[in-house]
Amino acid sequence: MTVLGAIRPDDWNFALFVHVLSAMVLFGAVVLAAVSVAGSQQAGLRLGFRSLLIGAIPAWIATRLSAQWIASKENLLDEGVDVPAWVDIGFIISEGSFLVLIAATVCSGIAARRGHGGGLRAATVVLVGITIVAYVVAIWVMSAKPT
Amino acid sequence: MYDWLLFFHLLAAFLLSVTAVTYSAVALGAPAGGRTLFVADRCWDVGGLGTLILGVWLALYLDQYEIWDGWIIGAIVLWLVATGLGDGVRRGFADAEPGTPAAGGVATVESRVALMHWLRTLAVVGLLVLMIWKPGA
Repeated sequence: MTVLGAIRPDDWNFALFVHVLSAMVLFGAVVLAAVSVAGSQQAGLRLGFRSLLIGAIPAWIATRLSAQWIASKENLLDEGVDVPAWVDIGFIISEGSFLVLIAATVCSGIAARRGHGGGLRAATVVLVGITIVAYVVAIWVMSAKPT
Repeated sequence: MYDWLLFFHLLAAFLLSVTAVTYSAVALGAPAGGRTLFVADRCWDVGGLGTLILGVWLALYLDQYEIWDGWIIGAIVLWLVATGLGDGVRRGFADAEPGTPAAGGVATVESRVALMHWLRTLAVVGLLVLMIWKPGA
């Protein structure tokens, strides 16, 4: 795998750059949301909501589209191609986490609008926490590339 | 061994992104409390050390790279620049009045500190460019 990484064609680099950069923004935005919402301040709720809505969701879209772009460059989307397990796992984590992200954004948005956190604040922290764990697993999958 | 080194190296890089995203939000006017900035700063500390130590370890571990390769030297220089700028950003926020993060208030940001933050973020993006294109490798 090390050798494969070293001989990656140059024309994959830009797609990979967009993928990793957007994934980093996504990770940063969900951690920022978790830390902000977990506090007791009303401003933290708003920051958490905006971090998810303006940061995490657009970054998720960019991460997902660039993943598709790389997969097509590697011909992994062609008919009859045996897709490696790590690619499938990446897509599963990505798509599953999007539903959780949407739920967290809705919860934090309602909590911010109501002006108090309560159960919705806790729900947001739990949901965002799940995505953080999922993304750490995704980072491991992308680096170790288990087959 | 290689897989774990690469995983923790990547994870450290993702911690740097937490700092970059948090301070970007503040630079754009978001009200971040002291706890949020504290977490962002710790992510920078752990991520910065992790990327450097594990990156050098990877360069020594892999036969196809040498520590004196141009892109690795460039990455170390960019890392030093980002670290220096990060120190300035942290001090800039610590000196900010009123509402210092340490007091649990909402941080405000001067344009000079914001500029240092954006330059630091650019340095982090530059590091990513070097890691992916590996010019000269």
